[in-house]
Amino acid sequence: MNKPFAITLDPGSSLANHTGSWRTERPVYVDRLPPCNSQCPAGEDIQGWLFHAESGNYEKAWQHLTRDNPFPAIMGRVCYHSCENVCNRGQLDAPVGINSVERFLGDEAIRRAWKLVPPAAETGKHVLIVGAGPSGMSAAYHLRRFGHRVTVYEAGPLLGGMMRFGIPKYRLPRDVLDAEMQRVVDMGVEVVLNTKVDNILDTMQTGKFDAAFLAVGAHIAKRAFIPSGEVSKVVDAISVLRSMEGENKPMLGRRVIVYGGGNTAIDVARTAKRMGAEPIIVYRRTRDKMPAHDFEIEEALQEGVMIRWLSTIKQAGDTNITIEKMELDASGFPQPTGEFETLEADSVVLALGQDVDLSLLEGVPGLEVSDGVVKVDANMMTGQPGVFAGGDMVPTERNITIGVGHGKKAARNIDAWLRGATYVAPPKHQVATFDKLNTWYYADAPKTVRPMLDIIRRQSTFDEVQGGLDESTALFEARRCLSCGNCFECDNCYGVCPDNAVIKLGPGKRFEFNYDYCKGCGMCVAECPCGAINMVPENN
Amino acid sequence: MSFQPVKFYQTGTFTVGNRLLAPQERSVQANMERTNSLNSGHRACQGCGEALGARYAIDAAMHATDNQLIAANATGCLEVFSTPYPETSWQIPWMHSLFGNAPAVATGIAAAIKIKRQKGLKDDVRVVAQGGDGGTTDIGFGCLSGMFERNDDVLYICYDNGGYMNTGVQRSSATPPAARTATTMPVGPQPGNVFGQGKFMPAIAMAHEIPYVATATVADLRDLEHKVKKAMTFRGARYIHILVPCPLGWGSASQDTIKLSRLAKETGMFPVFEAEYGELTNSSKIRRLLPVEEYLRPQKRFAHLFGKSPAVATIARLQALADKNIRKYEMLDKEAN
Amino acid sequence: MLKQMEGSHAVAQAVALCRPEIICAYPISPQTHIVEGIGEMVKAGEIVNCEFINVESEFAAMSVAIGSSATGARTYTATASQGLLFMVEAVYNASGLGLPIVMTVANRAIGAPINIWNDHSDSISQRDSGWIQLFAETNQEALDLHIQAFKLAEELSLPVMICMDGFILTHAYERVDIPTQEQVDAFLPPYEPRQVLDTHAPVSIGAMVGPEAFTEVRYLAHEKQMQALELIPKMAEEFMAIFGRDSGGLVRPYRTEDAETIVIAMGSLLGTIKDTVDEMRDAGVKIGVLGITSFRPFPLDAVRQAIKHAKRVVVLEKTFAVGIGGILATDVRTAFFGIQMNAYTVIAGLGGRPITKTALHELFEKAGRDDLIPLTFLDLDWNVVNKQLARERQKRRSGPAAENILRDVSSTAAHIS
Ligand SMILES: Cc1cc2nc3c(=O)[nH]c(=O)nc-3n(C[C@H](O)[C@H](O)[C@H](O)COP(=O)(O)OP(=O)(O)OC[C@H]3O[C@@H](n4cnc5c(N)ncnc54)[C@H](O)[C@@H]3O)c2cc1C
Ligand SMILES: Cc1ncc(C[n+]2csc(CCOP(=O)(O)OP(=O)(O)O)c2C)c(N)n1
Ligand code: SF4
Ligand code: SF4
Ligand code: SF4
Ligand SMILES: [Mg+2]
Repeated sequence: MNKPFAITLDPGSSLANHTGSWRTERPVYVDRLPPCNSQCPAGEDIQGWLFHAESGNYEKAWQHLTRDNPFPAIMGRVCYHSCENVCNRGQLDAPVGINSVERFLGDEAIRRAWKLVPPAAETGKHVLIVGAGPSGMSAAYHLRRFGHRVTVYEAGPLLGGMMRFGIPKYRLPRDVLDAEMQRVVDMGVEVVLNTKVDNILDTMQTGKFDAAFLAVGAHIAKRAFIPSGEVSKVVDAISVLRSMEGENKPMLGRRVIVYGGGNTAIDVARTAKRMGAEPIIVYRRTRDKMPAHDFEIEEALQEGVMIRWLSTIKQAGDTNITIEKMELDASGFPQPTGEFETLEADSVVLALGQDVDLSLLEGVPGLEVSDGVVKVDANMMTGQPGVFAGGDMVPTERNITIGVGHGKKAARNIDAWLRGATYVAPPKHQVATFDKLNTWYYADAPKTVRPMLDIIRRQSTFDEVQGGLDESTALFEARRCLSCGNCFECDNCYGVCPDNAVIKLGPGKRFEFNYDYCKGCGMCVAECPCGAINMVPENN
Repeated sequence: MSFQPVKFYQTGTFTVGNRLLAPQERSVQANMERTNSLNSGHRACQGCGEALGARYAIDAAMHATDNQLIAANATGCLEVFSTPYPETSWQIPWMHSLFGNAPAVATGIAAAIKIKRQKGLKDDVRVVAQGGDGGTTDIGFGCLSGMFERNDDVLYICYDNGGYMNTGVQRSSATPPAARTATTMPVGPQPGNVFGQGKFMPAIAMAHEIPYVATATVADLRDLEHKVKKAMTFRGARYIHILVPCPLGWGSASQDTIKLSRLAKETGMFPVFEAEYGELTNSSKIRRLLPVEEYLRPQKRFAHLFGKSPAVATIARLQALADKNIRKYEMLDKEAN
Repeated sequence: MLKQMEGSHAVAQAVALCRPEIICAYPISPQTHIVEGIGEMVKAGEIVNCEFINVESEFAAMSVAIGSSATGARTYTATASQGLLFMVEAVYNASGLGLPIVMTVANRAIGAPINIWNDHSDSISQRDSGWIQLFAETNQEALDLHIQAFKLAEELSLPVMICMDGFILTHAYERVDIPTQEQVDAFLPPYEPRQVLDTHAPVSIGAMVGPEAFTEVRYLAHEKQMQALELIPKMAEEFMAIFGRDSGGLVRPYRTEDAETIVIAMGSLLGTIKDTVDEMRDAGVKIGVLGITSFRPFPLDAVRQAIKHAKRVVVLEKTFAVGIGGILATDVRTAFFGIQMNAYTVIAGLGGRPITKTALHELFEKAGRDDLIPLTFLDLDWNVVNKQLARERQKRRSGPAAENILRDVSSTAAHIS
């Protein structure tokens, strides 16, 4: 076409005009740390694995999850999911049911026999792990992944630590526990059962271990002085729960008094209930002061466990106990009132906490113990070089997930230490706080509630109380994730840019800015639902 | 809702794309191969709603017509920022003639296409005309009405930014009451644009009983695309009126363009609906009803309402207009409330 | 085929023979009969593959034409007077965009005062619009010029305005020779647009052009009109070859060979002038006529060639530039570059005022004696004018001039009768 000069122009020729020069600020893609990830004691990339679950790729989600935590089926049952407490969605309607999706993935993995990634090439290094609880087994898993030879010494007859000898079956079915433990063993972890390590340095020397990770937990029940008669039956919760795993079930009688207010007290009371008893928990403070999680208290109450708040045991007789009523003083401490009451009791179970058995560490130089736990440095190493420790035996809040996290962290440090290096954690991204989100874009979606076993069976059997999600509900729940701080390919930035300055790179590849044309209006930043774009000043 | 929204896939159909949707359910704008009918390098202000709306609409029309589309454009920002010699941002056959004649030019194009098809042209080429609110509701009004009345096979798209922006923000008949423009300054006893004037072109379009009339905003892409595509299923005159915030004229932050579009609807200041043959057939429901202040406050053109002593009475009058829209265009979901 | 018919219908027939594709119509006298005629033929199926669009204004008519022409359709419209002014913005736009639209202007005066009768003010007001303007002397020429116009427009990619005197030609029943379709097809090839809105080869038409290129764009528009100066005579020759008729061209000299006085004019008035000249020639006066067919482009060279040997020219025009005088005369004077020439401007026939042979005789004789003032108003009733001027001098608010004059005229008329 012999087009008229200047008046008629060739299509798209404005590409010659680089409007990027107008910019005073530029958008940059960032990954912010989702609050859940930041909170997870095991350091799971929750948003990351949910991303895959959202598209129904559960195996990929599971693989992503197990990079950090090899026990999703266990986590999905007994983890206290503090991640959900900080979930940004909680400010919108209700937190994402992270834990229930995790369980779904864990169960799927067991059902479908998904395999963990095989270990890296063998390094020739040999690491000793003492204790096959969550912390020890987590460390074993991660160390194996690095290609180190791992041997676990376990005093007990089975793997799992407190998960097996503390947590009752109705919360954590043993087939689930076995499956997830076995998967780690199948990676080539050597296990030596029924073998208590008495002296760590001896064992290391004999076995020519290059390093050790100690995770012996806290198994010595704390006692309280209660004046009691000859025949009165006073036992500790840990031994009751442990004996539930063996042939000889404990004989507690019909009227069981549980003394304490933690999760252990609840577990033991609920166990007693299932064995036909009428348990009563005696606790010195009020319900809201109980260290046990409220959902556990609630479940116990539903099942018929009775609780006497603001009470202490004054005396234990043959067939009854005397309790004293308490009241809280101005600072919230319980004070005796001098009012007494008598309760019938066939037995008293003390659930007052546990201490660590540190006998295997006797004589180890450089070691520091305070408050009955072993001090470790930021790298999880004790005062003895090459000896690391984690889980309940170090100063920490005691729960499985923290133990798993310690195992991972220790493994990374041990790996570095074995190479003569120091592990440096990658810098953490800025947390994706709620104010960074544009929540308009998220569709309204109420949380999915997990099914509960019917009450009759909860009172009389050890069947699992809480059910899991099915495929469709798990998918729904995964899709409630806001993907805080991490691009989930919603295409908003690609769409809303008035200057087509966002380049879509394709599924899974995210986006790129075309700074030749980006004028820096900030619309993409404002309309990114999850806060994955940041505006930074242009430095000429 | 003008289309079947996806109830829940993380973002449902609120976002531009949604990787969880089947490809055929995704928006045109989410497509890697979208036409970018209005390409980069145009000279619109940062955050220009009109530039965005035009690409949304024309890309959707291109999609709907299998790229067989010709556009006529009225004078105004869209024309000026897209086609200053020696460069054009348009990738489609496009023509600018005058400020007030885009509908008639489009009629001519459509008529020519009709004859070409009679003479053997195979492509089903469709025609859009587009212009600003000034070019539409004021100077182009006669030509637009004529095009409507003859039911010419043209989709007319009005990009309403509430004023003559290209000439430096003067009042048009689409400028909202109380708004400051260069010709309705916030001075005197009745600062800003007066109440009781102005016209709402979509309602006038409906009065022509043309096959299809719709309104949309750049905040709801799915809805906008759906309407453009739907418009393309009709033959005859069609009209889509898109609210496009103008950072320059509204005195708003460039990143707030979409937010303001959203607020315009959520406060009831701008009704989003569809009509066929003169009858209202559907209206987009307000998701989270908000008072008009939320919409007014971020805009400097309303700043005089929020001085030391807020113009409570004026704000109430604007709220009353919003309430009327909500009633008249059934903007609240009765079932949900 | 020879036929007796109204001028408007002759034009309608000519347009129909050109296989138009888009016709936009809006009523205004004295153009209306043309589009009515075409409309009927389209509706009756006599013109096929043609869209007849009843628009809502002349502005829309030209705008529709712009759209259709840019889409590659042969496009025609017609208007007059107020209608032409109503479309002015689009008139300039069509030429600026180089769209080969053909438009008939049935010349009529411009108000106020509103007046439906003939003069050339409407077309002439658009002399700078960039359109080619060809003035027809007779209905036959009007018919022929339309056929040439499409070819000219499409070859140059420029719009062409065919100007024919309202009523005098449009409503006159005369015998015209209607060519056959074969003849027209042989002369006028199908439209091959220079630029077109095409989905397979997209372009942006109508860019905004700034100071960096605007002068060049304008110069190129001028250059195209200069090309038209060469093309118009060529086209007339081709037309002659096929149709056997001498129609069109740039100028039409009549008995100018040895003329001392040359009268210059446009349109149907030439007929009356020629009759007068014939009579004066018979009386031995060396007088000739130069008809201007192509007012835009203005054929400076051709005019110069035709008049250079004369002693004087009398430019007789049906337009009037208030505040200065002649318009055609000003252009004619541009052709004098380097030659000494007495030139007289005569404003005549405004708003349909009859131009009689008697008046012309008197005028030309006066001119021959060089007894004319530079600007003459033919048949101006000084009586009326002076009365009004006197009234206005007396009283500032003397009322609307037109009404006053009407009163004066009718009282004069009463006296006469
Ligand atoms: C009743 C009860 C319920 C609980 N419920 C929950 C819950 O629902 N969620 C939660 O997160 N946490 C819960 N906890 C806490 C949680 O079980 C512990 O924090 C966690 O198991 C600690 O893990 P660990 O690996 O440090 O130690 P453990 O799980 O205690 O494992 C230590 C292992 O080391 C072995 N061992 C000890 N000494 C030696 C030695 N010298 N040589 C070889 N082996 C040795 C032990 O036999 C044991 O197997 C509960 C605790 C109790 C008591
Ligand atoms: C006939 C005519 N009158 C006035 C103008 C000046 N003019 C050009 S663009 C414009 C404003 C356009 O306003 P609008 O149509 O609302 O489009 P916007 O620039 O706001 O997008 C005006 C007044 C013109 N070009 N032509
Ligand atoms: S807007 Fe959407 S696609 Fe863009 S960065 Fe944010 S989440 Fe990713
Ligand atoms: S929306 Fe586009 S122009 Fe605006 S800041 Fe983002 S990339 Fe740049
Ligand atoms: S003035 Fe307004 S409409 Fe015009 S380019 Fe700027 S933002 Fe867009
Ligand atoms: Mg505007």
